Amino acid sequence: MAPVPINFDRVRKAFGSYLALDDVSLAVSAGEFLTLLGPSGSGKTTLLMALAGFVRPDAGRIRLGETDITRLAPDKRDIGIVFQNYALFPHMTVRGNVEYPLRLRKRPADEIRRRAEAALDRVQLLDLADRDIAALSGGQRQRVALARAIVYEPRVMLMDEPLSALDKNLREAMQYEIRRLHDDLGITTIYVTHDQREALTMSDRIAVMDGGGIRQVDTPQAIYHHPATRFVAEFMGEANILPAAALLGPAAVGSVMVRSESFHLAADGLPADAVSVEGRLKAKAFRSENWLLTLVLPSGESVALSIPATRAAGCAEIAPGALVTAHATATSVHPLGAA
Amino acid sequence: MTPALDADPALARDAAHERRFFLSLSLPALAVVGLAAILPILWILRQSFMNLGGEVTLANWTKILNSSLTWSSLQTTFVLSGLTLVICIALGTPLALALASTTQRRANLLLIFLLLPLWTSILVRTYGWLVLLRREGLVNAALQNIGLTAEPLPLVYNTTGVVIGMVHYMLPLYVLPVYAAMRDIDGNVLRAAASMGASLGQAIRTVILPLAQGGILSGSIIVFVYTLGFFITPAVLGGGKVNPIAIRIERTIGGFQDWGGASVLGVPLLVVVALIGAAVLGLRRVAGPRHA
Repeated sequence: MAPVPINFDRVRKAFGSYLALDDVSLAVSAGEFLTLLGPSGSGKTTLLMALAGFVRPDAGRIRLGETDITRLAPDKRDIGIVFQNYALFPHMTVRGNVEYPLRLRKRPADEIRRRAEAALDRVQLLDLADRDIAALSGGQRQRVALARAIVYEPRVMLMDEPLSALDKNLREAMQYEIRRLHDDLGITTIYVTHDQREALTMSDRIAVMDGGGIRQVDTPQAIYHHPATRFVAEFMGEANILPAAALLGPAAVGSVMVRSESFHLAADGLPADAVSVEGRLKAKAFRSENWLLTLVLPSGESVALSIPATRAAGCAEIAPGALVTAHATATSVHPLGAA
Repeated sequence: MTPALDADPALARDAAHERRFFLSLSLPALAVVGLAAILPILWILRQSFMNLGGEVTLANWTKILNSSLTWSSLQTTFVLSGLTLVICIALGTPLALALASTTQRRANLLLIFLLLPLWTSILVRTYGWLVLLRREGLVNAALQNIGLTAEPLPLVYNTTGVVIGMVHYMLPLYVLPVYAAMRDIDGNVLRAAASMGASLGQAIRTVILPLAQGGILSGSIIVFVYTLGFFITPAVLGGGKVNPIAIRIERTIGGFQDWGGASVLGVPLLVVVALIGAAVLGLRRVAGPRHA
């Protein structure tokens, strides 16, 4: 089935006096992998549940392809969901769980069996098909949930923090696997997470949410390097937000953002238009792949520098209180919007 | 490499001590059950083999088992319990589902109303039903006034009346465990079912009822076993025409001072309850591992 685009048009939802979705508009292209990223309470899960039909919006429209699904019952939407807690049926085996959506569709028995086994094979769980759910590990359960969501080839796939209950190594392996699954199947996917690294790794585009609204939608690179607001800049990773004057001279106004890893200790090799700040070393920490230095500027602001091990010669010798000059290319200094 | 240490007997003693302590917590309850249930049951069994003079005899058994009254009252007992159970399941399961589907706050409020009748004496409630159900009672008056029936319906002094009273008493006790089981079902599991295309009816049939079956079983056992021994409800609402085993036992003692005969009458109920208990334990063993 050809992938379909998703359109949210000024979707609003209030729970009592709390505005969970504040006129959210978002267009997801057919076949795209889009991540809703934001802190808890930012509205990302509410937006996902509105698309799935479990949260009824107060206003606005939601369209799947050409179809307005705003008032459609959840079971008529043809959407696959993977939940954070897996939401598997504990009274069925692995096979029973994956066959369930096909049984609802009253497919012939041999087709049910064949398609369920193909889906289980895709997530490398065919060997465990006849196990009880209780006998599986967290990672295996997550794979069953994936197989169950793809087996009926839904038009759209929604994932609500599917990896947050897994340990770090497994999480990274599953990120890769989910992305590969998406690329194989081409299903339009909305993925919800509060983990910015996960969002950066997996997504075609990221929509950063805060306070019930979308603050920025763009590619991972653009979101990371050109955040639209202070909130986005800080949420996406270690960001130094400084008065523009500190780096660009007294004439500059507003704030700028410089990623901690954009700083260099030496100006050699940097373009002629590189800028610099000078401060006293407050703290330093060795973090295997880099050194983390914290400077205090004369104006009182702190600046975090992340110096990669490859150009960190001398870092170990700098004493606290020493005067340090940090250089950054002009292109790594990003002016921020007002918000 | 240092050699492995021998197991420390002091640690093993500590573990045993801990186990004994937790077992000892059940002793008071075991003592009460022993005194109040096991001993009387043994006494009933002994009594059933004795005549009034205290000699061992089979006369009680032959007399009671040869009486058609015994068999008809046994039949009445099971019909009443069975009907009550069926109606409780039919009324109580949807009610429990409704309670489990609403917000916790509202469910708690509704539960108070559900449990309110249990705070009233069963005698008061049973006589209340008598007032409502008799020929000139409220129910018949209302039915005739709105023209649904020409003649008063026989709603009391028969099986109908007794079953109404029993259902009224047992319904909350059935709903509670079913509600608890349904409340335990993860909402995301139901959302997952719906997202895969399950209608509400299909979700109830394929997910909710299978996951709530433990609660439904508990509730059913409570209703069936509890109603086997019901006395006041059939005595008041049956008007002498509906006589389950509890009423026969009372008459055998109250009317004839026949303790031996009454003891024999008690034994079939004991056996049935014991069989139900054994069946439940068996079921648990079969169904157990999946839910472990």
